[in-house]
Amino acid sequence: MAKRAAPEVNAGSMADIAFLLLIFFLVTTTIETDSGLNRKLPPMEDQVDPPIIRQKNIFTVLVSKNDQLLVEEELADIKDLRSLAVEFLDNGGGVGDEACAYCQGKRDESSSDNPDKAIISLKSDRETTYKVYIAVQNELVAAYNELRNREFLRLNPNLGLNYVEAQKKYDDPRTSEDDREELKPMLDVVKQMYPQKLSEAESSSKSS
Amino acid sequence: MSKFKKKKGGESPAINTASLPDIVFMLLFFFMVATVMRDSTLLIVNKLPAADQVEKLDKKDRVMYIYAGKPSSRYVDKYGSTARIQLNDKFATVSEVGAFILAERATKRQELQNVLTTALKVDSETKMGLIQDIKQELRKVSALKINYTTRVGDYTQNIN
Repeated sequence: MAKRAAPEVNAGSMADIAFLLLIFFLVTTTIETDSGLNRKLPPMEDQVDPPIIRQKNIFTVLVSKNDQLLVEEELADIKDLRSLAVEFLDNGGGVGDEACAYCQGKRDESSSDNPDKAIISLKSDRETTYKVYIAVQNELVAAYNELRNREFLRLNPNLGLNYVEAQKKYDDPRTSEDDREELKPMLDVVKQMYPQKLSEAESSSKSS
Repeated sequence: MSKFKKKKGGESPAINTASLPDIVFMLLFFFMVATVMRDSTLLIVNKLPAADQVEKLDKKDRVMYIYAGKPSSRYVDKYGSTARIQLNDKFATVSEVGAFILAERATKRQELQNVLTTALKVDSETKMGLIQDIKQELRKVSALKINYTTRVGDYTQNIN
C-alpha cells in the first residue's frame, strides 16, 4: 500500500478566528466605572467672621440615631423630603435686591429669600445608618436637579436635553470639544441660578 | 527577449499568511495581560447603598479609594464585627487615613494632585460616626473632594 501523505490542514482561517476573538474581547470588556454622589467638604480653617445667615434661609434636615428624619424640627417622611426641599429652594420670598425672578414658589416670607441664599443643612447622628444618610443626600441632590432641569429646559427648549443629561454629555469624554464649549455656559447659568449649597455638619452628639 | 519570457509564466507568489494568527494571538495575549483591573481584595463587607442622582467617577488615575464596613465573615474571629476602615489591602485606624491620603497623593502626577477625588466605598450598614471621623481626617489633609460611591438604584431600597 502506498503511504498516503497526511493532508495539510488549512490554517488560512485561523487569523479570522483569532481576530473574531480579539474583537469579541475588546467589545465585551467593559471596565466598570464607579458612580456616586460628589460632595465637597468645607476646608479646615475656620472662617474669621462667618457670614450671618438668617434662620429662614436655612433648611435643617436632621437624621436621628434611629434613622428618623427631622425636617425643620418636624418629623417627616423621606418620601416628602424632595418636595419640601424644592419648595424651600424655590420659594423666592425676597423683595427688592433679593427678589428671585425665575422662582415659582409660594413667596412665603418665612421661607428662603432666593436660591442663592438658601442653604440646606444636613446633620446626622453618629449612630445614623449610612444607607439612610445616602438616601437623604440623594433626595436633596434630586431636589436641586429637579429645579435645574426645569430652568435648563425653560432656557434651552430646543436642545432636547435636560440639565442632568446635558451635564452627563458634558462629562462624557467622547463629546467633542466644540459641543462642550457650547454646553458649558448653558450649564453654568443654571448652576448659578440654583447653586448647590448643601452643608454637611458634624454630628449632633459629639462629646467634645 | 528570452529574458522577459521567463517571467511571464510565474505568477507573483502568494504571501505566506501562516504567521498572521500568531501575530494576532500575540496581540490578544498582550491585551489580556496588560488590562489590569486593579481592585484590592476586600476584607470587609461592601454592599453599597443605592442612589439615583449619581455622577460617574471617570478617570481612575484621579481617584483614591477608602473602604469601610464590617469585616467579612472570614475575618470576624480575628477582627470582631465593628465597622473598620480598609486602606489598600489592610485594615487601618482613623488616624492612618491622613497619612494614606498624603502617600497616595505623592504617587500621582503633579498636575493631578489638586484634582484628586476620594471615593468612599462604605457599606450601607455602617454608622455615620465612622464616616464623620474619616471626613474629619480628610479635611485635615485638605482632600476636600469626596464621592460617596453608590450603586445605581432607587433610594427606597435603602429604607426597610
